[in-house]
Amino acid sequence: MAGRIVNWGTRHGHALVSTAGHLARHRVATTLTVLAISVALALPLALNVVVSNIRTAGGSFADAIGLSVYLAPGTSEQRARALAASARAREGVASVTLITAAQGLAQLRKQSGVGAALDALPDNPLPAVLEVRPTTSAAVPSRLDALRAQLAAAPEVESVQLDRDWAVRFHAIIELVRRGLWISAVLLAAGAVAVIGNTIRLEIASRGAEIEVTRLVGGSNAFVRRPFLYAGVLYGLAAGLTAWIIVAIAGGALAGQAQRLAAAYGGSFALHGPSARELGMLLGAGAVLGWLGAAIAAGRQLSRTSPRRQ
Amino acid sequence: MIRFERVSKRYPNGREALSQLSFEVASGEMLFLTGHSGAGKSTVLKLIALLERPTRGLLTVNGIDTAKLPARRIPLFRRGLGVVFQDHRLLMDRPVFDNVALPLIVADVSFKEIDRRVRAALDQVGLLGKERAVPLELSIGEQQRVGIARAVVSTPPLLIADEPTGNLDATLAAEVMGLFRRFNEVGVTVMIATHDLYGVRESGLRAITLAAGGLDAPALPAIAAMQ
Repeated sequence: MAGRIVNWGTRHGHALVSTAGHLARHRVATTLTVLAISVALALPLALNVVVSNIRTAGGSFADAIGLSVYLAPGTSEQRARALAASARAREGVASVTLITAAQGLAQLRKQSGVGAALDALPDNPLPAVLEVRPTTSAAVPSRLDALRAQLAAAPEVESVQLDRDWAVRFHAIIELVRRGLWISAVLLAAGAVAVIGNTIRLEIASRGAEIEVTRLVGGSNAFVRRPFLYAGVLYGLAAGLTAWIIVAIAGGALAGQAQRLAAAYGGSFALHGPSARELGMLLGAGAVLGWLGAAIAAGRQLSRTSPRRQ
Repeated sequence: MIRFERVSKRYPNGREALSQLSFEVASGEMLFLTGHSGAGKSTVLKLIALLERPTRGLLTVNGIDTAKLPARRIPLFRRGLGVVFQDHRLLMDRPVFDNVALPLIVADVSFKEIDRRVRAALDQVGLLGKERAVPLELSIGEQQRVGIARAVVSTPPLLIADEPTGNLDATLAAEVMGLFRRFNEVGVTVMIATHDLYGVRESGLRAITLAAGGLDAPALPAIAAMQ
């Protein structure tokens, strides 16, 4: 049994090493192929990075989303604080700020310069308001609606205002980009498989004499196919790494500009590039797609040149 | 070792290469296959190597009925066979060592064993020391000998050769024939397709003559008549 494991190791080790050597010797051809595939892999990765950056940015913009809970005039401060406390305790609520009628009046006096007119009023016309900020994950239209319904249930609440449109738009954008990401990923993966498959096909065609001799001395189909499968895997791995590096460099190039843009909007934003986890995924995807492309090409061509009957 | 029983081979384009051919080769025998071009010598060798299948008839090699052998067993079958080609069929971009080692690599032999056997094979053909050379650096005679080393490195019980001395001058041809005789002396069954009727006569060994796909009267009387 140990002997068979050693055999398997020798076989695959030999195929892997000789293939790696072959690819290393033909530097230009290998580089061109790897670049072609890495562009195909870089695009879905870039989209993924864009989406995750939007999510992060959107997180800070989600501060703009808030529900304003207007209490009925004459609600006692004690009751208002109790309502604030119960709202804070709800799931999906990040913070609740109570603006009492008095505070509201003071703010209005300071801001709008209608101080004199206000003094003329007998009573404070302003109601108490609870400014409710949802958490980032709860800033989804459906959950916001639910939250609004819950808050409106209390008897003292006269109305709940919600700038829903902004949330809807933001999420529509994210969803669109994510769908686009999936579609482009599938298409580009197919493209990567096709490029690798074609490269391997040409390789096999150019090494026909060698394959024939190998068959004549008793090489099985598996033996003949093995180096080509390894070539596919190696192409895929190299392309995955290159794609990651391309997107990382692009991210670095854009980071400065993104920072300036955010500052112009009064915020700060650090663009983050692809993560280590995404590198792992790209390497894995590259290896699998590479193997697949090579297997398809090798399967078709090598079975055609097999010894024929009659 | 080899038995042809009324074997016929017709190609898809209608050409009948062999017609009802029957002969037997005993294990450990060395013999020649002669005949003019197109008589079917190469076809006989291709059938033995299972590169083609007979259209009709029975071909048994080393006890195996070739008609019943499934495609996936063919590689294993071929490992018991050493083949020498007229145009050596070496891999020109690899060193001699890799070329000769190919049948062993294909059979999953360990690296240490491969090293030993390749050197032994090269020694037998007189090319020890040329392992690192690339075929392009060698003379025609040396290239042919590398091809022979490759054919015997896995010590197959059966060795077939298609015009192995076709590209060689008389001296080299004699050397190569000597090699084949040495292999035969240690028990390898050797079958050589050749035009070299003088070499055949010199050897005094059996010769099967083909003409138009079937057995013909031996060519040796004709040579005697020419002299």
